[in-house]
Amino acid sequence: MTDLTSLTIAEAREGLASQSFTSLELTDAHLAAIEAARSLNAFVLETPDQARAMARTVDAKIAKGEGGPLAGIPLGIKDLFATKDVRTTACSKILGNFVPPYESTVTSQLWRDGAVMLGKLNNDEFAMGSSNETSCFGPVVNPWRREGSNTTLVPGGSSGGSASAVAALLCMGATATDTGGSIRQPAAFTATVGVKPTYGRCSRWGIVAFASSLDQAGPIARTVRDSAILMRSMAGHDPKDTTSVDIGVPDYEAAVGKSVKGMKIGIPKEYRLDGMPAEIEKLWSEGAAWLKAAGAELVEVSLPHTKYALPAYYIVAPAEASSNLARYDGVRYGLRVPGRSIGELYENTRAEGFGDEVRRRVMIGTYVLSAGYYDAYYLRAQKVRTLIKKDFEDCFAKGISAILTPATPSAAFGVGEKGGADPVEMYLNDIFTVTVNMAGLPGIAVPAGKDAQGLPLGLQLIGRPFDEETLFSLGEVVEQAAGRFTPPRWW
Amino acid sequence: MTVSVKPGKLIKGQTGDWEVVIGMEVHAQVTSKSKLFSGASTEFGGEPNSHVSLVDAAMPGMLPVINEECVKQAVRTGLGLNAKINLRSVFDRKNYFYPDSPQGYQISQYKSPVVGEGEIVVELDGGRTATIGIERLHLEQDAGKLLHDQAPTMSYVDLNRCGVALMEIVSKPDIRDAEQAKAYVTKLRSILRYLGTCDGDMEKGSLRADVNVSVRKPGGPLGTRCEIKNMNSINFIGQAIEYEARRQIEIIEDGGTIDQETRLFDPNKGETRSMRSKEEAHDYRYFPDPDLLPLEFTQGYVDELKAKLPELPDQKKARFIESLGLSPYDAGVLVAERESAVFYETVLDGLADKARDGKLAANWVINELFGRLNKEGHGITASPVSAAQLAAIVGLIGEGTISGKIAKDLFEIVWTEGGDPRELVEARGMKQVTDLGAIEKVVDDIIAANPDKVAQAKAKPQLAGWFVGQVMKQSGGKANPQAVNDLLKTKLGI
Repeated sequence: MTDLTSLTIAEAREGLASQSFTSLELTDAHLAAIEAARSLNAFVLETPDQARAMARTVDAKIAKGEGGPLAGIPLGIKDLFATKDVRTTACSKILGNFVPPYESTVTSQLWRDGAVMLGKLNNDEFAMGSSNETSCFGPVVNPWRREGSNTTLVPGGSSGGSASAVAALLCMGATATDTGGSIRQPAAFTATVGVKPTYGRCSRWGIVAFASSLDQAGPIARTVRDSAILMRSMAGHDPKDTTSVDIGVPDYEAAVGKSVKGMKIGIPKEYRLDGMPAEIEKLWSEGAAWLKAAGAELVEVSLPHTKYALPAYYIVAPAEASSNLARYDGVRYGLRVPGRSIGELYENTRAEGFGDEVRRRVMIGTYVLSAGYYDAYYLRAQKVRTLIKKDFEDCFAKGISAILTPATPSAAFGVGEKGGADPVEMYLNDIFTVTVNMAGLPGIAVPAGKDAQGLPLGLQLIGRPFDEETLFSLGEVVEQAAGRFTPPRWW
Repeated sequence: MTVSVKPGKLIKGQTGDWEVVIGMEVHAQVTSKSKLFSGASTEFGGEPNSHVSLVDAAMPGMLPVINEECVKQAVRTGLGLNAKINLRSVFDRKNYFYPDSPQGYQISQYKSPVVGEGEIVVELDGGRTATIGIERLHLEQDAGKLLHDQAPTMSYVDLNRCGVALMEIVSKPDIRDAEQAKAYVTKLRSILRYLGTCDGDMEKGSLRADVNVSVRKPGGPLGTRCEIKNMNSINFIGQAIEYEARRQIEIIEDGGTIDQETRLFDPNKGETRSMRSKEEAHDYRYFPDPDLLPLEFTQGYVDELKAKLPELPDQKKARFIESLGLSPYDAGVLVAERESAVFYETVLDGLADKARDGKLAANWVINELFGRLNKEGHGITASPVSAAQLAAIVGLIGEGTISGKIAKDLFEIVWTEGGDPRELVEARGMKQVTDLGAIEKVVDDIIAANPDKVAQAKAKPQLAGWFVGQVMKQSGGKANPQAVNDLLKTKLGI
């Protein structure tokens, strides 16, 4: 059944429609693959019974010609999305065995369109991390290895489970979320395509919040086309999320393969970091050359406040997180560690329930919002955010259609290799991606090549607000030029 | 906006007079069907946790959505307080841990409230008034309720009230004594009830006040204030201020200093007690709620609400004085409670000649009806005499069918037995005698029988009153008093 798991969503869609195979067969193939790949620790909960039931239902519909746009396509769901009657933990001990009585808007739209849920995917605890090492279920393993090495590598984070599962052919696509790079960085580390939509494009309702003003759901898939197919189902206005925007959802797939001729693509000079590996630099130049060959015009642009983005992000995101995570108090659901007073109950529960990284960010966030520090940190960071946004606006005002950058400053690294002594070392992974969240813009990470050790590297394209379509067109050009990358199976 | 502050009653201490400076934060529950950010019901008195949505319980991934009805009510209230309406305001998170606050923060408005500065005029004893400045009004979520008496080792939480919309109305420190403070809450409550934006039910906790009190030598610099939390009775507010002011004066006169702190009033002992000091105060870490966009609406939206506002107590009072000739005091009494004003206006509607009888109707509502209701402990809405019945009684007096004295008897009959006043007057022969011939006969008889009194009355015309009394007595109170007077004057030659 390996054949079935290696299909793209677009290919599977045809096979299902022509009844070459059923969704149940497709689903079973993936369930078998998941079982065989437990060493990757990508899934934290497998839901085979539910998957088969959904597949049977959708098969009946397909037979009647009533299948939706995702009819019969097996997907993995990041454990940050609330799934009705299915345990949802955000990979934190503090949620324990929490089973939501509700379904997130994004996942409910996927089921509406006929998708099949295979299970819940691992992620960094509350999506805080860049390596998927902070999950209470343990780290996710990247299906990619350095050539000639058995070193276990991280898939990136926080959507590490999503990226790893898609790369290892355990699901055809996955939901993910991106607050500072959590879709694009793991996509780059696993040679998958990751889309972080414009802030407000997808509803946040039912997604465990990390930093509300930055969080955005998006897909991880194996091709640009597949990511566009998933996006169409995930996006849309939701009256339950007042920050979601009431703009019609275009047919993203129609943008795939569209000509990019005449588009002006910005190359931001501030992203050329000191000490950047030569192979990243080379990848970037190659990407620019491919776009140029496709008829786009390359323009050097300036985003002068780029260097302040990461520090500002690590003030804004923890500030919001410290408040968003206050609800995990042991009173109503999830973990409760008793104490002699309500104060002790809070302290015991939160000390036991939150991991180190979450605790660190809650403390940073609490500090930067405190009386006497608010102006110096939070308020200033918000001003920086406005400037970063303006940098992009100025750029787009000059007729730039999209901006090309590397997705990450390096390829995947080893488990336990980074951030042990200095968390900032880990935070630097987001250096090319956080600006996009700070400005609320859409971004896509597309596999573009390999480093000297055979590990995948990705390029990032940043678009105008609500112009994901241009990113799909440009992403397709990169994909066509670079080809697709599949990890050799060793697990 | 600058308001000229009305001096209040000074308090005598050992070192001379002291002035009290008071500011108030009133929490008024918004009248709305559902909560500020969720669709759960706001109904009072449901089974614990029966009006709780996923948002109220702060389940993971839940998001607040503003209830437009609550915004409308806040804007209408702002207009009723003659205040500036801010077309753009911001919701902030006030962070603190407590089991009655499931989110771990309260959504409130900190730096940018929906309503800015305004002012209200409050009525004091003896027809005096004072103008009290309003600093701001903002919307925020109410908290749930802890139940400590349900289990020996645990507390229970009822989230029914959690997330219900409150308006926090902050006064300027323009209040100078307990009387003004009570008058302020009374007036504010009245305005809210006229607007229908808060039911003002203090017993149910729909209206609660935090009172900030400090003392100083008249005209001196402001003293350190103490905040008395959660007052839910206008009388207690008065008592608490009196006690707290004296407590502070005694401390200062004994050479001590006032610690800024939060205090609670104990109505049984009539004293305030320390609840927490400034050092124990929370750092609420306010910041704009990233789940909510700024609250924005147009001036047109405000204008539309303004055009549809009901007549408020001050306007109603002015109209009663102007068009009906009521005294400011009577007009003030009638408009103080919305229900009283409604009752009075219904009486007016039942009058054939408002201009003639409007004032008389006011006297009857205030003196006869209110007097009787107070005595019997009834509210105006439970009055046994309806507005239509009272209008009929007043009409009968006005048109001269019955005398004021008979009207009182009639009122008593209607109060106890009910019935149509006009029919009662007919059926029981209570009509005033206006037949001059009949009255003259009575007058003549009495004059003839009392020559000594006649002589006395001629010498001292005031004594003619005795004759009036006799005539009324003999006619069973039904003789027209004006006709009796006129006749007597002629016959006695005075």
